[in-house]
Amino acid sequence: MTSAAATARAVREGSVSALSVVEEALARVGQRNDQLNVFLHVDRPGALAAARRVDEAVARGEDPGPLAGVPLALKDNLCQTGVPTTAGSKILAQWRPPYSATVVERVVAAGAIVIGKTNLDEFAMGSSTENSAFGPTRNPLDPTRVPGGSSGGSAAAVAAGMVPISLGSDTGGSIRQPAALCGVVGVKPTYGSVSRYGLIAFASSLDQIGPLATNVTDAALLLEVIAGHDPRDSTSLPEGSPALMAHLDDGVAGVRVARVRELIEGADDDVVAAVDAAAAALRDGGAIVDDVSIPELRLGLSAYYLIAPAEASSNLARYDGVRYGLRVSGDDVGAMYEATRSAGFGAEVKRRIMLGTYALSAGYYDAYYGQALKVRTEMIGAFRRAYARADVLLGATAPSVAFALGARAQTPLAMYLSDVFTIPTNLAGDAAVSIPFGVGEGGMPVGVQLLGPGRSEAGLLAAGRVLERARGDS
Amino acid sequence: MAPAIGRDEVAKVARLARLRLSDEELDTFTEQLGQILDHAQDIAALDLSGVAATAHPFQLRNVVRPDEIRPSLDRDVVLSEAPDVSDHRFAVPRILDAP
Repeated sequence: MTSAAATARAVREGSVSALSVVEEALARVGQRNDQLNVFLHVDRPGALAAARRVDEAVARGEDPGPLAGVPLALKDNLCQTGVPTTAGSKILAQWRPPYSATVVERVVAAGAIVIGKTNLDEFAMGSSTENSAFGPTRNPLDPTRVPGGSSGGSAAAVAAGMVPISLGSDTGGSIRQPAALCGVVGVKPTYGSVSRYGLIAFASSLDQIGPLATNVTDAALLLEVIAGHDPRDSTSLPEGSPALMAHLDDGVAGVRVARVRELIEGADDDVVAAVDAAAAALRDGGAIVDDVSIPELRLGLSAYYLIAPAEASSNLARYDGVRYGLRVSGDDVGAMYEATRSAGFGAEVKRRIMLGTYALSAGYYDAYYGQALKVRTEMIGAFRRAYARADVLLGATAPSVAFALGARAQTPLAMYLSDVFTIPTNLAGDAAVSIPFGVGEGGMPVGVQLLGPGRSEAGLLAAGRVLERARGDS
Repeated sequence: MAPAIGRDEVAKVARLARLRLSDEELDTFTEQLGQILDHAQDIAALDLSGVAATAHPFQLRNVVRPDEIRPSLDRDVVLSEAPDVSDHRFAVPRILDAP
């Protein structure tokens, strides 16, 4: 598939029409969406109208922007006016948001064409996209397997060649893990660097929107467009969008890379082999590669599965049948709340609300939630010490390649372990990327993870480019 | 190892969370939440006295905006998504007895 960067260039030059690009994308969606269940909603009229507007701008001699005519998919927890936003939940099945997310406004202003909304685990809670109220998404590379999650639809849309770029959200790995399982690039940006305005909240101190793409350059292009301060998000960092494209070919000469034992241990052999190969490729590129141990990272899983549910139990209190979404009537207000929430939420969402409510409840707060917050402090300190000696940390993105549909669906803890390598970055508020590197069991792609401190995206993407080149494509 | 959470506690938490669970759901959640909380004993058991809590990746201070009048969401657009509306307001089952 043509890259986003090449498509935008051709559209801006007028050598290709946005309309033809979008018609092709819609045709590719039409060919495989029934099989894969990638898109929950395809906005054909909206996409065609937007493409015509881009073409008209080009005809008038105006610059439609850095993503001119590029088809893009949105995870369906990102609000966009005029189309449904479901968060993969029955409780929002019919909801049309009264405003658009800042990232949606930014990609549209940059000339991108939103094709539709992609499937996800309900409220982004899951690692396989099997928790969607609207059925699972299948991995385009092997439809008997999951695409990962929770941004499984956005990863699959890119992997299936339906669109070159998409947006997801990453609370504990929900961009990077599906990117790894689908063989695409996924970026979890620094907390606060991309506005969360219009993202349906899951765990507000961890959630971050980021790009998925077929290659590092396109991911950087999209991240530059969506990043930067937004006064509508009070947790938005004051800085503007970082320069990423200008540093893509900086290479890794002299860069200190540390392979982290805790970000590999327990992974399947094919995954470990890919990380080893990535370390060798970075060394070939001139990096100084070392091995380190950061034992605190082992505590991330438990801390995350207390903190994220605690925040979720609070965030999801708003779904009560009063102002929007599903209402199931009851004799009084309390009965209505209970009937609405019990009918509207799926099992995993209920499980997390319960876990979070418990962790925050009197008598358990200190032992669970309070303790998890202290572990978060320890983890931030451990990362800070590691980044005093290394510029980039290297590990696996997920412990295994894409697993079979249903394989982990009945055992929540086994599913949670899919996120063990990605969670620490969210707890620290740092940046990390997943780069496809190597092939594992069943010919499925393996993702390796590059981690850096806050605001290190340029360096991580440059290192990602080195891996991409070593892999032999462009 | 004793379960970290009992069925009665799960039922109590469900009430707090405004969820109505079937007997089957109660059984399943009791078992699953027990497994997750067992796993969490690795941090519950740590001695972290003296360690400060981190609730957020960066230390947020009060975030203020200029005190300017700006348009808000359109009332009719917002109410068009409400399950029940009465006289330009969200309508819910009666909470107070009629006077």
